[in-house]
Amino acid sequence: MIATIRLWIADKLPAWIFLAGLLSIWQLIVVQGWVASYLLPSPLQIFDTTLEMWSDIFAATLSTAQSILWGLGLSLIIGVTSALIFFSIPIARRAILPFCIFFQTVPIIAIAPLLVIWFGYGQPTVNASAFIVSLFPILASTLTGLQETDPQLKELFRLYKPSRWQLVFKLQIPSAIPYIITGIKISAGLAVVGAIVGEFIAGGGLGSLIDAARTQQRVDLVFSGVFMSSALALSLVYTINLVTGLLFRHRPYLRKQ
Amino acid sequence: MPSIEVQQLEKSFSSDAQALFAGLSFTLDSDECLCLLGPSGCGKTTLLRLLMGLEQPSSGTIHVDPALDAKMSYVFQEPRLVPWRTCLENVLLPLELTAKNNPAARDRAVELLQKIGLSDRLEHFPDQLSGGMQMRVALARALITQPKIILLDEPFAALDERTRFHMQDLLLELKARLQLQYIFVTHSISEAVYISDRILLLDNTGAARDIRSLPFRARNQSLKLTPAFNDVVKAYSSLFSEMEDSMKQSNAAQSKQ
Repeated sequence: MIATIRLWIADKLPAWIFLAGLLSIWQLIVVQGWVASYLLPSPLQIFDTTLEMWSDIFAATLSTAQSILWGLGLSLIIGVTSALIFFSIPIARRAILPFCIFFQTVPIIAIAPLLVIWFGYGQPTVNASAFIVSLFPILASTLTGLQETDPQLKELFRLYKPSRWQLVFKLQIPSAIPYIITGIKISAGLAVVGAIVGEFIAGGGLGSLIDAARTQQRVDLVFSGVFMSSALALSLVYTINLVTGLLFRHRPYLRKQ
Repeated sequence: MPSIEVQQLEKSFSSDAQALFAGLSFTLDSDECLCLLGPSGCGKTTLLRLLMGLEQPSSGTIHVDPALDAKMSYVFQEPRLVPWRTCLENVLLPLELTAKNNPAARDRAVELLQKIGLSDRLEHFPDQLSGGMQMRVALARALITQPKIILLDEPFAALDERTRFHMQDLLLELKARLQLQYIFVTHSISEAVYISDRILLLDNTGAARDIRSLPFRARNQSLKLTPAFNDVVKAYSSLFSEMEDSMKQSNAAQSKQ
């Protein structure tokens, strides 16, 4: 136990010390008046603002989190399903996948206005924006996972003349699971970006909180919003680790990256 | 009726390469156990794969007694365990894929694992086992379907000597008790003499010399210490080197032309 704590301290302590140093210097710069506080508010000021505006910030964070979960959840379902379809029907893959890749190169900020036209102002557009940016990584990594199924294992299965479904559910999907988990993690970060960008344009959540604070010259509130969005992204990745760890706690191989 | 009948077999992997087996023909009687012996690259594995139907011959025919066709089992050169399945689940895989998995089968799998000395490893994953243990699980997996013929591709090469002897005796026991037939690929002349009724000695073009009626019937490990056994091994060793010499000569003659 003590050894574990010691290891943890040795691992994490440098980062905490660095953070504390950084924040102290930041505070010093602002308090000394070297940088105007309306350009760069001090850490303590940001903290005070966050506490003061907590109910608004919390509501905004919750709304953004909701959109992220919508987008990411939909990406997971549709991404894995379409990867399975592309994998089983090669002609579909050859016909459609190039356009998925093309679609992926169009920046979300360029599509967002279109989404507003289609879905109106508010959460549906934000959900769609989070969904669009997070779909492709899950789809691509699932497809890779399915395609990289160990040919030796495939040959082993072939000895027993399995049905198409047995091959999919007992071999190919389990083989792809570590890839799917990696895909979800990449997509999670992107879904946060997608949601905030969507909110810049369609309103609601942290995106519009940041945008509104900007127009009111409330730089401290902008910072609060920024920190909350990165806290959101971090807790999302942490949650994903926790859930996949629990889900496959008896199958260590499947959560090995 | 012979179990397996091979006629005029040839196999080439590309059109310009020399074909293997040079029209090999042999029949395997229904009570025989055969060893394929020969230098690396002579086509032992290929012959075994052809017999299993994992490869198709370039010319010639392989006829397997239809009563035995579905009762064939194969052990690959490497364990090929499914990494996300436990030992027990790996052994049960063939039954799951052929929809014959039931509680009785589970008991049989446990019994098999007990027999190969892994009863305390039922819930372990392949990466928690040594190479030798993994190979034994692979053997149990091949036996769970209650085969009549089992094809083994150097299955004991990675085992320590004591375990190897134990596994050899297990095969002999299954042969005596269940009339199990096997075709066994090995590098070891003494292993071949010990466990088989008949040896097919292949040179590196895959041309075979058929050695029938090995002199030993009642076998146990102490047999290996008898002078008679060692004489037979010696005789085959010299036959082996004779074949290699003539092969080198013909290769040299070919390269001169």
